[in-house]
Amino acid sequence: MIEVKNLHKGFNGQKVLNGIDYVFERGKTNLIIGQSGSGKSVFLKCMLGLFKPDTGTIEYDGKPYSNFSDEEQRELRKEMGMLFQGGALFDSMTVEENIMFPLKMFTKQRKSEMLNRVNEVLERVNLTDAGSKMPSEISGGMQKRVAIARAIVNKPKYLFCDEPNSGLDPKTATVIDNLIQELTHENDITTVLITHDMNSVLEIGERIAFLKNGVLAWKGTKDEIFNTDDEAVTDFVYSSDLFQKVREAQQKGL
Amino acid sequence: MTYLHSIGEYFLMLKGVFGRMTKSSVLRNLILKEINDLIMGSMGIVAFLSFFIGAVVAIQTALNLNNPLIPKSLVAYAARQSVILEFSPTFISIIMAGKVGSFITSSIGSMRVTEQIDALEVMGINSKNYLIFPKIIAMFTYPFVIAISMFLGITGAYTAAVLGGFVTSDQFITGLQDEFIPFHLTYAFIKTILFAFILATVPAYHGYYMKGGALEVGEAATTSFVWTSVVLIVTNYIVTQLLLS
Repeated sequence: MIEVKNLHKGFNGQKVLNGIDYVFERGKTNLIIGQSGSGKSVFLKCMLGLFKPDTGTIEYDGKPYSNFSDEEQRELRKEMGMLFQGGALFDSMTVEENIMFPLKMFTKQRKSEMLNRVNEVLERVNLTDAGSKMPSEISGGMQKRVAIARAIVNKPKYLFCDEPNSGLDPKTATVIDNLIQELTHENDITTVLITHDMNSVLEIGERIAFLKNGVLAWKGTKDEIFNTDDEAVTDFVYSSDLFQKVREAQQKGL
Repeated sequence: MTYLHSIGEYFLMLKGVFGRMTKSSVLRNLILKEINDLIMGSMGIVAFLSFFIGAVVAIQTALNLNNPLIPKSLVAYAARQSVILEFSPTFISIIMAGKVGSFITSSIGSMRVTEQIDALEVMGINSKNYLIFPKIIAMFTYPFVIAISMFLGITGAYTAAVLGGFVTSDQFITGLQDEFIPFHLTYAFIKTILFAFILATVPAYHGYYMKGGALEVGEAATTSFVWTSVVLIVTNYIVTQLLLS
């Protein structure tokens, strides 16, 4: 569980996050949605420790991150997995080396043990034949799956995903969404996922936080978001024709 | 102010580079890879340039020695001095600022653009140490490149001067040994070690702190070459003033 209390963050005098309070629950896919520039990425980077909050605290399972020593922060980071928007795979390494990287850096396992674990996660993300390939030799969807494999190889307690579906076709996007949700449930991980893809919200939005201009404007579940009267949320959710038609159909009882 | 900010940022980066170290087994492989990429990969162009510049220096000197009172052996003396004192340590370092410097800036810059550096940081890895420290250590083998460059420069001068009929082999060898001051080699290698550090760190700074996309990676590589050359030339002046004057 990650608990955020009164989080403020700004750059050059401009407020980006303005007093956010929220709890990301364990074993659930927690989505952060909002328009571009609403502060989602800054929020995520504060949780990852890449940005230091101006005020407020972020607690990981009851322990405030700001009170951690450097060593404790490093230890905590070993328990985090991150899926970046573009995958952020190391392009000088093969798929297998990319996935093995966190094990090499943080464990004292033998190479055979590391290889076993790599094969295990490759199998889990359905990429058993891709181990020897370079990231540039595989498709965008496969790169995302490799990035997921790398993020989970060290059995993290917290998984962060920054727009995992960007640049993917709808079918592949659904595969990635479902994979993230399955892994969250299987391993009882606290998953935090940034998206503005409403299909993802429909697929895996167990808990949703809606950010607007750096403020937590709404929170709820995927069932609640389609029935809310909150104008800011409905503006965002029904900005696409497809969802407007879905709502019209629902209202007509179709 | 921008320059002061950049200089401060550069030194803070260096502090980070020598901060928390990467696991030694991983670091060893990274250093070997960097030696291959930065040093071995540059040997061809260094050898080619050194041989032909040495040859040209010898021909130019020989063609300008019209006074019969000046011994022909001066061709070798001039070639030796210019190759050891300036051509190999300084000129080759400027070439390396273009070749190795651009490579370092663009490789680190690409990692910045594609969030690979963020990925390292999120994993709790000191990205400055992981990316830059192996390059600094690899560049400490740079004096070997310069030693080879000196040898090939003088070999080029010998080939051009003797085969071109400007001097005899004996005259060249005599000139090569004439008034040789061993400290000049020490001076050249002190410069080389400083240049190696500059060649590894200034381009790394430009790559590590770059912002933007693919276009900015190219711009950063160009800026890196300009600034690395400026720092090399200024350092060359200061070291020469301190050690030779």
